[in-house]
Amino acid sequence: MAEKEEVKLLGIWASPFNRRIEMALKLKGIPYDYVEEKLLDKSPLLLELNPIHKKVPVLVHNGKTILESLVILEYIDEAWPHNPILSQDPYERSKARFFAKLIDEQIFDAGFVSMARADEKGREAFVEKTRELIMHLEKELVGKDFFGGKSVGFLDFVAGSMIPFCLERGWEGMGLEVITEEKFPEFKRWVKNMEKIEIVKECIPPREKHIEHMNFMVQRVRSA
Amino acid sequence: MANEVILLDFWPSMFGMRTRIALREKGVEFEYREEDLRNKSPLLLQMNPVHKKIPVLIHNGKSVNESIIQVQYIDEVWSHKNPLLPSDPYLKAQARFWADFIDKKMYDAQRKVWATKGEEQEAGKKEFIEILKTLETELGDKPYFAGDDFGYVDIALIGYYTWFPAYEKYGNFSIESECPKLIAWAKKCLERETVAKSLPDPEKVIGFVSELRKRFGLE
Repeated sequence: MAEKEEVKLLGIWASPFNRRIEMALKLKGIPYDYVEEKLLDKSPLLLELNPIHKKVPVLVHNGKTILESLVILEYIDEAWPHNPILSQDPYERSKARFFAKLIDEQIFDAGFVSMARADEKGREAFVEKTRELIMHLEKELVGKDFFGGKSVGFLDFVAGSMIPFCLERGWEGMGLEVITEEKFPEFKRWVKNMEKIEIVKECIPPREKHIEHMNFMVQRVRSA
Repeated sequence: MANEVILLDFWPSMFGMRTRIALREKGVEFEYREEDLRNKSPLLLQMNPVHKKIPVLIHNGKSVNESIIQVQYIDEVWSHKNPLLPSDPYLKAQARFWADFIDKKMYDAQRKVWATKGEEQEAGKKEFIEILKTLETELGDKPYFAGDDFGYVDIALIGYYTWFPAYEKYGNFSIESECPKLIAWAKKCLERETVAKSLPDPEKVIGFVSELRKRFGLE
């Protein structure tokens, strides 16, 4: 068949933005070279490939650079159309994109502040705010095994990498239960479904190490 | 099947302008409804319960929210004419990256230019010009961001152009002297009927910004 496909992914082990890319690559069975970056000591390669944002993930496909995790996910789906992660239906696609944006912008911000604010009252307020936002996702999951319907897809990777396998670990490290079974039964059910998926299990940071890392990051911000 | 398209919008919104342009590029008939943002309609609140913001695109009763998502939706539904995004996945990814850059950087920076004063305003002006220069570099010598064809990134950015005279007035600087190529690009975009019809008169925008500044106690 065609020439050799060369796929390289620059990332940081704890980054949810990275992990979701790995889930997509694994789902499509795409082999790739992974390059671990250091948050506080970015490589010349990273700075050359992403001069504007200087962030991971960076995907390099046959010498072409793609940046921004949501853009990368859509690129992967289009460059390798088998095992699609997004619906073909424009309306369903628009909903997936909408919730992905909600997760990466508002939920990520509120979630992080709920851990990193120095004052307890401030943190509590942001915990509440995060809960309100996640309630929108709760409603989306009614009657579905995954956000993608019967199988995992784009929004499962975005939400999964960010919430149960990142933010929740941070909250756990603080002794907080933000997402309760009582208020978020659909969400809890979805997490259980996600935990059974091989590629998800393979692509999430190791739990204990991750909790420790989140604690470290949060303390760093709190004491700044 | 009949297509019923309603756009809930607010005339000076650089976000609403994107959706107006996209609909017109595709020749889609739509009903434009002006929202009073201090008295939002029940329909707006029902159709965008998460953010309660405009623009809201309602297509056959179903809502699509967030302007950049609306532009992609419009491109995918009415795919038979005037593609707004390139078909090549890599070029598409480039276009999405730059629209995302505009969304991440422009709004907050431009706001500092007209809604603050003193040191904060000076810092805002500097940041704003840097962002425009980055975009100008990306544009290069091409007629439009994607090359020969007007599309996604042009649509994402052009609405801000109607606010430029307001930025210049209240920021006391000239954008054209800093970014002449970008101004030339904007004027070229405005030669398109779909754009000209979708953008308000910049003089009206200055009036609107003046009112906001009074409300914020800046004049």
